Amino acid sequence: MGISRREFLQVLAAASVAGIDVFGKAGAASNDIYDIPQYGNVSVLHFTDCHAQLLPVYFREPHINIGVGDMRGQPPHLVGKHLLKAYNIPQNAIDAHALTYLNFVEAARKYGKVGGFAHLMTLVKKLKANRPGALLLDGGDNWQGSATSLWTQGQDMVDASTLLGVDAMTGHWEFTFGAERVKSILGSPFFGGKIEFLAQNVVDAEWNEPVFKPYVIREINKVPVAIIGQAFPYTPIANPRHLIPDWSFGINEEHMQEMVDAVRAKGAQIVLILSHNGMDVDIKMAGRLSGVDVILGGHTHDAIPRPVLVDSPSGKTLVTNAGSNGKFLAVLDMKVTGGKLADYRYRLLPVFSNMLAADPAMVAHIDKVRRPFKAKLEEKLAVTEDLLYRRGNFNGTFDQLILDALLKEKDAEVAFSPGFRWGTTLLPGDAITFEHVMDQTSITYPASTMNETTGERIKEILEDVADNLFNSDPYYQQGGDMVRVGGMKYTIDPEAKIGKRISNMEINGKPVQADKKYKVAGWASVQAGVKGEPIWDVVARHLRGKKNVSVKSVNEPVIKGINNNPGYEPL
Amino acid sequence: MTNMNRRSFLKGTAATSMVGIAIGAGVLKPTDVLAAWPQAGFEAKSVDGALNALHQSSSTTASSDINIKAPDIAENGAVVPITVSTPMAAEAITVIVEKNPQPLAANFVMGGGATGYISTRVKMGKTSKLIAVVKAGGKLHSAEKEVKVTIGGCGG
Repeated sequence: MGISRREFLQVLAAASVAGIDVFGKAGAASNDIYDIPQYGNVSVLHFTDCHAQLLPVYFREPHINIGVGDMRGQPPHLVGKHLLKAYNIPQNAIDAHALTYLNFVEAARKYGKVGGFAHLMTLVKKLKANRPGALLLDGGDNWQGSATSLWTQGQDMVDASTLLGVDAMTGHWEFTFGAERVKSILGSPFFGGKIEFLAQNVVDAEWNEPVFKPYVIREINKVPVAIIGQAFPYTPIANPRHLIPDWSFGINEEHMQEMVDAVRAKGAQIVLILSHNGMDVDIKMAGRLSGVDVILGGHTHDAIPRPVLVDSPSGKTLVTNAGSNGKFLAVLDMKVTGGKLADYRYRLLPVFSNMLAADPAMVAHIDKVRRPFKAKLEEKLAVTEDLLYRRGNFNGTFDQLILDALLKEKDAEVAFSPGFRWGTTLLPGDAITFEHVMDQTSITYPASTMNETTGERIKEILEDVADNLFNSDPYYQQGGDMVRVGGMKYTIDPEAKIGKRISNMEINGKPVQADKKYKVAGWASVQAGVKGEPIWDVVARHLRGKKNVSVKSVNEPVIKGINNNPGYEPL
Repeated sequence: MTNMNRRSFLKGTAATSMVGIAIGAGVLKPTDVLAAWPQAGFEAKSVDGALNALHQSSSTTASSDINIKAPDIAENGAVVPITVSTPMAAEAITVIVEKNPQPLAANFVMGGGATGYISTRVKMGKTSKLIAVVKAGGKLHSAEKEVKVTIGGCGG
């Protein structure tokens, strides 16, 4: 070749700034927006963080996703108009609705719900039809996030994934079903032999020996393609360690390099990492590993329409992130010539349920899963007058409902709710069913708690979580968002160091005193042996007492240094 | 499953290990087993104090020949795995947790010709630098790595 791969990719990057919409030019000219022309000779389809959403949902992207330090203004820390501008997407386009929170309610009513496994399955089949040997990869957080997945210990999703034709996956919330359950699923005939569960970074805590298969090499169109799994590195810290007491995680970058070298030595021409690191971590890791073509990322739920090209010691590595809740399917078409990646096309396709027929086999599976729980799932608790959503760095309206429920039902002064990034969206006028409450709360450690906590300890907790979210070194970030706080006002400076970010804490209009104890309610403690009423029952009871609920505003901190940050747009 | 068997087996043997039997039978007093215990080093309240007690000097030179393997964020502050390796002809390898009330965590005295490699677990009360000091050629060389100890939760 007269031009090196590195140069070629640089030219390509420059060209891509000119921009095409996510469906591509050919798609726009066709009646069917999902007529995506095939390109090259090696294709993979990727979805991630579906959080067990078998049915179509609404999902509002954040208006606040702050990047600090080198990450400021860089993908994925772009929201709303900033994101559209960076990727040259017109504001009124259908993809603008998929990728941003802008004009959400009106656009959601116009375009309808997103995702749903029956619709996703139709899209997968359609794309596979002209992509021989294409693999379907799942980035994890598949088995958790809904009532039915919790009540079947992930079995509904395991069966749905095998039916969908997932070839390989990695994990995070999967581990919260406990080590025994994970091992039993991996050993089951349905799963085993069909879906590879890959994780190079989980070892036995005592012997340092790998727990899972680190990689597979599969031939696509006679091209050997390696897929290396990277599970969420901080699972035993962000989630209860007691559920997986014998397993140790970590980024394990050195071991990852060894795995890359090993698959190259075995003849892999394309090396993909199926990652649950989160996008900032993936971007840093891409810059430090040699020999990786693409990192297909998840965990941070970032809907990023094009790969980020990262300089690595061996050339360029593409880093992607494919959103969440079944809302997107990523299509990566690669042209492999002379044993190397020569060129590619990438599209992050929004799965608009109204534009894709439901696959009958998947519909039948979903119906079967739901039947025993139907009455409980469909119980109407109240009607919301306002848009209910979760996603965002500090608070969401659905979290505000949970905080209000905790404050009232527990008679607390302060309430904490974890900064999860899963949890679906409801439009004004929608009924809130028990299932919707479960969509926000379905975890295996749901106990609600009430503690007498000193002001000093409250500050420590906020500082600790903020440092995990806003650390200037991505390897110290855990993903997730800031703990949601009810009943207390505070100020945060994301760019500051740990211990200096949180100030001006006020409860009931009075400054918080370090040595005074306050009544603090919460849920999702990662400690072992915590007892308490499940959070979904607390929230459901709170809602049953009301006919209509209204959340006009949320309790958010005053944020220092936020002006002109492309990761923030005031509502 | 072989792991489980091996673990159970080793746990079983540890419970009746030779030292255990010897102490139990009154052959050795615990103080005899710990005869070489560098008490002053472990009781020192500062990094310099610990190094002075062990090596009669607290003056170290930063070295890129010392590799510390430890997690960026500890999964459990009570048992943080750490491995220190060096190509230097180490006479001793000392592991220090800077912010612990008593910073000295471990000191390994190496026999002549031993490979410069130790692996152990240390207790960390809070986020701190891990300092590895290698004594070689009569001099002290050091490297450090920050390990974060966090409250946890709220991820994902």
